[in-house]
Amino acid sequence: MTKLYAVTRGSKLNKVLPVIFTALILALAVLPKFLAIPYQVKLVQAFILIILATMWNLLAGFGGLVSIGQQAFIGIGAYALVYLADVQGLNPFLALALAAAISGIFAFPLSFLVFRLSGGYFAIGTWVIAEIIKLFVVQVKTLGGGSGISLAAFSGMGRETRIAAIYWSALAAIFLTLLSTILLMRSKLGLALTAIRDDQTAAGVLGVNVLRNRRAVFVLVSVGFGLAGGLIAMSNLRVQPDDIFSVNYSAIMIFMVVIGGLGTIEGPIFGAILYYFLQDRLKDYGTWYLIILGLLGIAIVSLAPEGLWGWISRNKFSLFATKYRVSQTSKEEGA
Amino acid sequence: MIWTNAIIQGLLTGGLYALLACGLSLIFGVMRIVNLSHGDFSILAAYGVVALAMHTNLILAIVLVLPVMALLGYLLQRGVLNRSLSKGALAPLLITFAFSIIIQNILLQVFSSDNRSVQSGRFASMSFKITKNLQIGALPLFTFIVGVLLTLGLHYFLTYSRVGRALRASSDDPGAADLVGINNKHIYGIATAIGLFAAGIGGVLFGMRTQFAPSFGPIALIFAFESVIIGGLGSLWGTLIGGIVLGIGQSIGAQIQPSYGVLAGHLVFIAILILRPQGLMPKQKGK
Repeated sequence: MTKLYAVTRGSKLNKVLPVIFTALILALAVLPKFLAIPYQVKLVQAFILIILATMWNLLAGFGGLVSIGQQAFIGIGAYALVYLADVQGLNPFLALALAAAISGIFAFPLSFLVFRLSGGYFAIGTWVIAEIIKLFVVQVKTLGGGSGISLAAFSGMGRETRIAAIYWSALAAIFLTLLSTILLMRSKLGLALTAIRDDQTAAGVLGVNVLRNRRAVFVLVSVGFGLAGGLIAMSNLRVQPDDIFSVNYSAIMIFMVVIGGLGTIEGPIFGAILYYFLQDRLKDYGTWYLIILGLLGIAIVSLAPEGLWGWISRNKFSLFATKYRVSQTSKEEGA
Repeated sequence: MIWTNAIIQGLLTGGLYALLACGLSLIFGVMRIVNLSHGDFSILAAYGVVALAMHTNLILAIVLVLPVMALLGYLLQRGVLNRSLSKGALAPLLITFAFSIIIQNILLQVFSSDNRSVQSGRFASMSFKITKNLQIGALPLFTFIVGVLLTLGLHYFLTYSRVGRALRASSDDPGAADLVGINNKHIYGIATAIGLFAAGIGGVLFGMRTQFAPSFGPIALIFAFESVIIGGLGSLWGTLIGGIVLGIGQSIGAQIQPSYGVLAGHLVFIAILILRPQGLMPKQKGK
């Protein structure tokens, strides 16, 4: 009696879903023709949240690097966008792409510094780096010092055109980040990261270069954080050091990822959407809203650490075919 | 003379940072948890003293608040944090970060975002004249002495007392500690109780020296963290030295230009991270 097993990636569901996703993206792309401006603005905010959650999850859920200082790269992206578009006079959309790249370039040398720390001290170390970058930015007069700087690049554009343009940029950004996340998790780096997530020591023994893979993911997500920062600057039309380098971004990202499901691609997306509706509903309650988020976060970590997506999927299916699974193809053979 | 003065003031400030940091260091040493809400507990204690001192005198307020901090630490450890220890490194980090957000916003709700300070009357402005240009404030000196005494006290407590030995045993090998009859969960509770007691002392003295608001927890945490890293992980004396080095760095930076103080402290931290990542006084192996 031998049992036959097969290693597969995805299921029938994952053959249908790409068609649905393509249709969804096309529908979202033509939306500005039909949707009122305030709703477009809301969608841009939701897109930014999904990008942030996806990037933080890639870093913490797959890279095992819990950081509370990624606002450093959000800030670098935002300031780089304003600098390139206003001071250098570049096309704002080109500036957005460059801002994301600049954020990644900053991340590389900084990784050597923060990777000297591990675990919780890594988390605070990244935060200190974000504070230091903020203190330097405040000293720069070209960037508006402590009071911040406004984005003037869109001033010649009508409100409707501007918001549609920002909407499309955000849509392109979320499409690119999600697509590259899925491709990344299907690649060799993704496999290495999954191994590191499950057991760092075992992965090292199997020949995975833990440090190099972590550095790669740290730099890659910083590109994503820079992109999100650039989009935040575009939609707010203003960057202020205390806001853009605020540790609240980390709090929000952690909340979205934990509530949605850490270490899955789907979880953070659902977490971000859930958070979006929660903040929309609860923002009138001021400080109570953050207290509730904190309590909810503790409850989820303690009682349902697999998060919302883990609870829905029960690890039986996924929307994006990234994981390999072993399944039994036939019950018995040769009987 | 200006520089001697800057160094002495920095040294005294270092005592305060050591107070803010030693609980962080102890909690990490015993449970490998980095308490991201450590600074917020310091500020919470300072607010507690401010609120009580309105009805009674300062000393009584402090004497009442500090045991409450310890009790709070014990209850949070046994009620919430102990459960998270088995769920990997991420869970305690997320939970303590959530504590931080909850404490900050409760303080904001109760006390608003206005600056407060712990009023210590004449004591705050008293100073000793050493030479013509050199004065030492009574409060900074007192803070420094408390910092040294607390480090000394913790050192002797961990080395010689029964509970201290149990703490070290749980830290070295929780499994073996369990075998010889140590209740690890209780010991972890005691570690956090001591940690928050120390955080409370640091917070109250911090609140006597400068004004504070609910949002000051994170900066207290960052200074504490930098002291721990500069001094070297796992060493209480290292944390004291780290605090002093950080204090002197900030004070020299502020002497160059007032707004450079905090930044100079950060740069000292970065320099240590590059040149001596194990810290100035790392815990020796096999000890």
